Amino acid sequence: MRFYRTLLTALRALQRNVLRAGLTTLGIVIGVAAVIAMMEIGNGSTLAIQRTIATMGAYNLLIFPGNIAAGGVSYGSGSSMTLTPPDADAIVAECPSVITAAPIVRTRTQIVYGNRNWVPNTMYGTTPAYLEVRDWTEMAEGVAFTDRDVRNCSKVCLVGQTIVRELFAGESPLGKEIRMQNVNVKIIGVLQPKGANMMGSDQDDIVLAPWTTIKFRVTGTSVSTPNLSASTAAASTTVLPSQVYPNTSLTLYSVPSTVQQTDTPAPVRFANVDQIVAAARSAGQVSTAIDEITSLMRERHHLRGDMPDDFTIRDLTEIMKTMSSTTELMTNLLLIVALISLVVGGVGIMNIMLVSVTERTREIGLRMAVGAQGPDILRQFLTEAVVLCLLGGIFGIGLGRATSWLVRVLKHWPTASSLGAIVAAVLVSASVGIIFGFYPAWKASRLDPIEALRYE
Amino acid sequence: MDLIELREVCKTYHLGEVDLPVLKSVSLCIAKGELVALMGASGSGKSTLMNILGCLDHPSAGQYWLDGEEVSRAGTNERAILRNRMIGFVFQNFNLLPRTSALENVVMPLTYCAESLPERQMRQRATEMLRKVGLSDRMDHQPSQLSGGQQQRVAIARSLVNNPRLLLADEPTGNLDSHTSEEVLQMVAELNRSEGLTVILVTHDPGVARHARRVIHIHDGMIEKGPETS
Repeated sequence: MRFYRTLLTALRALQRNVLRAGLTTLGIVIGVAAVIAMMEIGNGSTLAIQRTIATMGAYNLLIFPGNIAAGGVSYGSGSSMTLTPPDADAIVAECPSVITAAPIVRTRTQIVYGNRNWVPNTMYGTTPAYLEVRDWTEMAEGVAFTDRDVRNCSKVCLVGQTIVRELFAGESPLGKEIRMQNVNVKIIGVLQPKGANMMGSDQDDIVLAPWTTIKFRVTGTSVSTPNLSASTAAASTTVLPSQVYPNTSLTLYSVPSTVQQTDTPAPVRFANVDQIVAAARSAGQVSTAIDEITSLMRERHHLRGDMPDDFTIRDLTEIMKTMSSTTELMTNLLLIVALISLVVGGVGIMNIMLVSVTERTREIGLRMAVGAQGPDILRQFLTEAVVLCLLGGIFGIGLGRATSWLVRVLKHWPTASSLGAIVAAVLVSASVGIIFGFYPAWKASRLDPIEALRYE
Repeated sequence: MDLIELREVCKTYHLGEVDLPVLKSVSLCIAKGELVALMGASGSGKSTLMNILGCLDHPSAGQYWLDGEEVSRAGTNERAILRNRMIGFVFQNFNLLPRTSALENVVMPLTYCAESLPERQMRQRATEMLRKVGLSDRMDHQPSQLSGGQQQRVAIARSLVNNPRLLLADEPTGNLDSHTSEEVLQMVAELNRSEGLTVILVTHDPGVARHARRVIHIHDGMIEKGPETS
């Protein structure tokens, strides 16, 4: 009741001088509008920048097999063969911080089309999840291979723009077959251009195929081709005559008899992978994801408490830092702009409230003479200031949203609405009202009624 | 029983080093239902006495009882409550809120009541007061749309809306022409007669003082004619 009366009194007092109230509020309106517009445009830009940086792999985690050492000689990172494709599936299924993960089998070999040949910088055998991890799902042409292709060892692949240029001289490679290690592989899709990565290597110089195809058909390290032991090395591009002319090949090992085969079942497709890439849900969840993956991998690999990890996980710290510093910079910039404009607006409010108190000295005297106490007067003027600021805040939100909408429509800048900004704007404008309205209101409440009544 | 009793009230202003005694031991009694004029030249301490009587100021020494309550010891907030409950003010320059309807002007003192009434009841009481001063057809007019006499009548309605014991009119006719002055003073006299309202008219105009049944002259901070009832 009392609050309602005070509010009513404040509104009536403001109503007495609508133009001045409006002009006073303008400072806050513009301040809040600037904050809202800046927040929305800034948020949009931040999101766009984050998305761009994310395509560089900012959220990515690279899981490598650990090293093995024999007789004191370490074979370096990636020398143990403990990572398997089911590990990748388990990571997706059991780590909530991970969106997706894909196993990678690397190779480096010559590819041939017609009378041209080329050795791609990157040849990955993987799953379709890899495209999601790298944010590369949009094809320039054609379609991506599917999980079914992975299961079936289909002889299909995707190629990057550099391959198109080098092997096909710009004509569409869709449906064409290229040869890798004498395996004909059909191109079903062309990847979008991605350019060089941060270290300058060409990301478009790439061939992606189902990992089963690379593992079992191209590099051929599987029990289905037991006699191609010479070409098991991933980087080998030498083709033995025995592979080209299988009929004339020598049998280096004795062929096991049926009894021997049933007694010692061959380990089917010992399918280790060279690497697993996983994508965390967001920059903040990268470290959680690392923890989750570590404990999952230790469990899956049956590592007891005191045994060292047989894998290593790396994140892209450098890119992450770039990203967080960009975001931080943006946020700080916006905060500073917001603060400046709101302080300017607040000073405007204080100025006008001081003028108003001086101008209405007689009114204050009268109100005191009929029984208003200091706190009543304080409350009245404070309410006026807060009402002014809140009205300014509300108009400012409207104006700010309109501005950001205009910017989006006319200049095609990305914007993202932010509820937080609106809530903050309302809270801040109310606090500006209280902070900058307090001094004038306090001054008014301290007036002596006798002096105030006599004031000319 | 006396509504107002002043006993040896002094008021001294301290202007830097110099003490300036304005009221020098004023003793005064005003009974309920009296219509008193307080006269004096400017600088006589008339305004100071009025401020003390109106509970706007407190005396430096002496006692002041208003309706049996000792006011001289009351603090700022207690005095504000006393003003609200007991005293109605009418000023020379009306002191109406600009750009605010007559009705709202009259409602205003009610909003500072300790026992806050519902909005509708406030308006009802204000309407009643305005009817009493003969302005029932001007309730929605703003002060700038009213004549001086009408404005002063709004001010009287405002001063009466809290049912005060004492009406304190400070040069109520100072800004009015003689004809309107007469009207306003008639109205005050009528209120005094019919409702038994105690009225103190502060003035320097003997023509105004004529309406009072008793005149108190103040000169140089002291009362010249004793508090005898005429």
